[in-house]
Amino acid sequence: MAQMTMIQAITDAMRVELQRDPNVLVFGEDVGKNGGVFRATDGLQKEFGEHRVFDTPLAESGIGGLAVGLSLQGFRPVAEIQFFGFVFEVFDEIAAQAARMRYRSGGRYHCPIVFRSPFGGGVKTPELHADSLEGLMLQTPGLKVIIPSNPYDAKGLLIAAIRDNDPVIFLEHMKLYRSFRGEVPEGEYTVPIGKANVVQEGSDVTIITYGAMVHTSLKAAAEAEKARGAKVEVIDLRTVWPIDIETILQSIQKTKRAIVVQEAPRNSGVAAEVMAQIMEKGVLYLEAPVLRVTAPETPYAFAQIEDEWLPDPARVLKAINQVLDF
Amino acid sequence: MTTGLIEVSNSEKFTPLQIIAPDGKVKNSNMMPKLDDDQLRELMRRMVFTRVWDQRAISLNRQGRLGFYAPVAGQEATMIGSQFALQKEDWILPSYRDIPQMVWHGLPLYQAFLYSRGHQHGFTIPEGVNVLMPQIIIGAQIVQTTGVAMGLKLRGKKNVALTFIGDGGTSQGDFYEGINFAGAYNVPAIFVIQNNRYAISVPIEKQTKAQTLAQKGVAAGITSIQVDGMDVLAVYKAVYDATERARNGEGPTLIEALTYRYGPHTMAGDDPTRYRTGEEASEWEQKDPLIRFRKFLESKGLWTKEDEDRVIEETKNAVAEAIKQADEYPKMKVTDLIDSVFETTPPHLEEQKQEFLAKEGN
Ligand SMILES: Cc1ncc(C[n+]2csc(CCOP(=O)(O)OP(=O)(O)O)c2C)c(N)n1
Repeated sequence: MAQMTMIQAITDAMRVELQRDPNVLVFGEDVGKNGGVFRATDGLQKEFGEHRVFDTPLAESGIGGLAVGLSLQGFRPVAEIQFFGFVFEVFDEIAAQAARMRYRSGGRYHCPIVFRSPFGGGVKTPELHADSLEGLMLQTPGLKVIIPSNPYDAKGLLIAAIRDNDPVIFLEHMKLYRSFRGEVPEGEYTVPIGKANVVQEGSDVTIITYGAMVHTSLKAAAEAEKARGAKVEVIDLRTVWPIDIETILQSIQKTKRAIVVQEAPRNSGVAAEVMAQIMEKGVLYLEAPVLRVTAPETPYAFAQIEDEWLPDPARVLKAINQVLDF
Repeated sequence: MTTGLIEVSNSEKFTPLQIIAPDGKVKNSNMMPKLDDDQLRELMRRMVFTRVWDQRAISLNRQGRLGFYAPVAGQEATMIGSQFALQKEDWILPSYRDIPQMVWHGLPLYQAFLYSRGHQHGFTIPEGVNVLMPQIIIGAQIVQTTGVAMGLKLRGKKNVALTFIGDGGTSQGDFYEGINFAGAYNVPAIFVIQNNRYAISVPIEKQTKAQTLAQKGVAAGITSIQVDGMDVLAVYKAVYDATERARNGEGPTLIEALTYRYGPHTMAGDDPTRYRTGEEASEWEQKDPLIRFRKFLESKGLWTKEDEDRVIEETKNAVAEAIKQADEYPKMKVTDLIDSVFETTPPHLEEQKQEFLAKEGN
């Protein structure tokens, strides 16, 4: 097995699928010659040619429409939205077109598209680059939404997404791109979409989270263990829609306490959805209210105050103490 | 083989307006704008100032003393010439690279640095300065400019709204929507395309099959021209005439300025050697806007080495002073951000604010 960063794992997933299936096409702004502004597609154009991996003009709606049209011709587009804050420019193609294609055609047509996009805070990008907009996707029937937290999952989930016959939003946290390496198998493997991962087992409280917040939560969990011997179970959702409620219920049946941690602003979104489902299906397991640790409900913070604005281990630890002392 | 009909439809030709040639000689004296000696010297001063400021900004960015920065060297003639043609009450809708135009239109330099550092006060445009915040979403400024221009017209003002977009940006749907609306409503809008040949890494040839970007305005029925964007007098002339037309109720103008960015797209890791050659860059440096205008002024006895040195000194001092002001400006707080979302902060946000108030020690 190779040691890879998350971005290398993502490139590798695209390489594997480009090799395996001639219908896979990779395109977006600057993905060709430049290999992407983060180098996620580095080397792919050289290896597979300009017909398989190509630059588009600077127009997200065009990219989305191209993907929809190509998918109707049997291709499997992997389209990059250069930063997820620009998704509004292509929201019609994602939400009103691709996500509804199967429904509108009574199952006749479908859009096997992966929209890949970097997002996520802590790297001091300008406005509208880092925003966590996955909540908008959750409110859009017909989409699957994936946010990996490590290189192994990133590769396996991206391959699964490319092979999925429905449109998938695949969000890559910028801070995780190069922050650490992990073991990544060579060649093909998939990580199932819609299946959460218990990253750390524990008996006293469950943290449900995803993306970069998995790492923040693990730090808080370690501090809780040190400070008061608390055993925190940490669940990485991996797929934030649809949510793997089974894994969550199994966990809270054991721990009886839950916290949801997300980087996105507070209202609605993934944390709210997890809490709603726990209320519907697991309220009787609980011995304390479910808390959420999130960013405040404002537009994404200006670079200078990002670090204070984003949830940090101290805030997660505070929530852990609150539910344990309830 | 093509038919005659197709040849006709492809024959739309634009010849870029040039007034001063790269060697500093006057090319087109009947187009010479009416500027007095002081104004000519002022144009040069601003271009030199902007070049030196750009160099300082790049080095401050490398030292970690600035944040986001998009270099402008090469584009000074287009930036300075456009803004110089405006009146103070005219509006500018800039993008991330158009910081010099904002500053020359009245935004204090230290605020430009705060913007770069990701401080909200960098976006707080002072009263009486008619500019918007730098736009990140490419194309949004085009549709908004049409709205601002319509507002000026409805209010009976004799002012114009001017905006900038890159060559890449002309691919966005918003670009077409904005110029089409501007034409349909005949509003006093000016669209300046800074065609610096690359959208990050994608060259203009891969961006569009259109031979010029100016011709995109023809489809919208608006007056469109191409200018040599390395020639400050040509840009000034084009924009000034566009403002006259707009003020006379003759509607919008689209100006494609042919220019070049010498540096990387932004300072955040772009490497131009991946997508363009050194020969190309040095070819464009031959057309440098500062060199040619300096030669022109020198030939008229309007610029000397001492003038140049004085402006370089002046810029260094101004940058140092602005950085000091930015350093001394109070650090931003999350609670300020929360309070800036609504006119009156609603209860759910008040509740979220409490946690940050406690942390900020209030
Ligand atoms: C809607 C949108 N899509 C993508 C981007 C990312 N992006 C920022 S600058 C840029 C290239 C812009 O090129 P061009 O319009 O030619 O202007 P230049 O930067 O060369 O002045 C891209 C793709 C963005 N900011 N907004």
